[in-house]
Amino acid sequence: MAKRILTTPIKAEDLEGIRIGDIIYLGGHIVTCRDVAHRRLIEQKRELPVDLRGGAIFHAGPIVKPLENDQFQMISIGPTTSMRMEKFEKDFVEQSGVKLIVGKGGMGPGTEAACREHKALHVVFPAGCAVVAATQVEEIERAEWRDLGMPETLWVCRVKEFGPLIVSIDTEGNNLFEENKVVFNRRKDEVYKEIAAQVSFIK
Amino acid sequence: MNTTTTKEQAVQTMTDVMAKFVALVGKKLPDDVEAKLAELRGKETGELAATIYDTMFENQKLAMELNRPCCQDTGVLQFLVRCGAGFPLMGELEAILTEAVLEATVFAPLRHNSVETFDEYNTGKNVGKGTPTVFWEIVPDSDAVEIDVYMAGGGCTLPGKAMVLMPGAGYEGVTQFVLDVMTSYGLNACPPLLVGVGVATSVETAALLSKKALMRPIGSHNPNERAAKLERLLEDGINKIGLGPQGMSGSYSVMGVNIENTARHPSTIGVAVNVGCWSHRRGHIRFDGNMNHTITTHKEADL
Repeated sequence: MAKRILTTPIKAEDLEGIRIGDIIYLGGHIVTCRDVAHRRLIEQKRELPVDLRGGAIFHAGPIVKPLENDQFQMISIGPTTSMRMEKFEKDFVEQSGVKLIVGKGGMGPGTEAACREHKALHVVFPAGCAVVAATQVEEIERAEWRDLGMPETLWVCRVKEFGPLIVSIDTEGNNLFEENKVVFNRRKDEVYKEIAAQVSFIK
Repeated sequence: MNTTTTKEQAVQTMTDVMAKFVALVGKKLPDDVEAKLAELRGKETGELAATIYDTMFENQKLAMELNRPCCQDTGVLQFLVRCGAGFPLMGELEAILTEAVLEATVFAPLRHNSVETFDEYNTGKNVGKGTPTVFWEIVPDSDAVEIDVYMAGGGCTLPGKAMVLMPGAGYEGVTQFVLDVMTSYGLNACPPLLVGVGVATSVETAALLSKKALMRPIGSHNPNERAAKLERLLEDGINKIGLGPQGMSGSYSVMGVNIENTARHPSTIGVAVNVGCWSHRRGHIRFDGNMNHTITTHKEADL
């Protein structure tokens, strides 16, 4: 099957038919955006220094190497736990117009609602694959809010076939992690019964 | 050559080897982990699981080619030391390991992962109060030292849990405790996991055993028959839950379950779980009394 590649700026119709568990890739731009950047927009009502309409954000704190003439090289970039941003994400999607949120692990009901109402996706980049992700960054074009330090700076990255990105929340608000959890817990209860019957060592 | 010079040279040699070894551990997974991941990849048939495994393998290849740490979280350094009572650098050993971490932090490079508690600032050197952490065991009648190097990343450290059960809970309670960690925090700790379980008296004895269990090679078993049986039951059982790579579902969940145990107080069962992520960065090195070293976890390791 051909790779499904989204390109920024992403339109709502580009996301039609993409469902949880699908694997997609990204071309165009992605901006690192995590804890404090979310807080600044939502709590402090500060304007984002990057236009994210139709754009993509990455919950990540990279290792970046400064080069000459205010240029930078991406050394290592891996996703961080998306759930930390759950508190802000619904408002963030609504206010920024972002269409693709890349991170690690699942997100909650706020993000589900935002993805459904504003036609956006939450996707997962495989964690522990920071060198793969770094080599898919063609260039760091801008660095905003540098006062936040290396992990929290908004690094504007031009990427090529960035992925694999596994869809964890789709535009209908379906949530892969929440659906899996129900299955995992049911299986766990069965497994417990099987093992418990064989480990009565205290008699 | 006088003895002072010889000792200084020995310290220099060991520091240099340990710094390079720490950097290697951050870049290349041990042979047993690589083999197990390859085996699990071969057994996963779904497109999702296969794609994730392929990305992992591509990442490990690129890390070697580009000479970069394979994961951006290079962890807090932990050293589990079994030191011969006659090892000539026993008194210098903690200083040597600290210096090795300082050096590796610069040239590997390692992420700055040491935040002083209460004062809450990152030392920027990977070294702080009590870090790197050194766990000691003294071995009589030996002049050699064996060191397990472990990079404890945030993601796989988070699920760590210890508690003391009443004996009435039995090994059924131990089983429930381990399984509950798997489907809660374990899910986000980057499966397939290596699961370390400690069974003893209290929280600290069980907790240390659960970390030691993670230093055992994958596929090894506890010498106690019943403990080994529980290892196999838990491994098969957790696999049946089907967490898959990254906890996104698949046919398997773990690289193995290792249990370490001691005797317990009659009134308590201390139990603890520690997990290693798929990027289980562990290394084992041995120095003899003349500072000749042998690496057992990484074949053809070139320091």
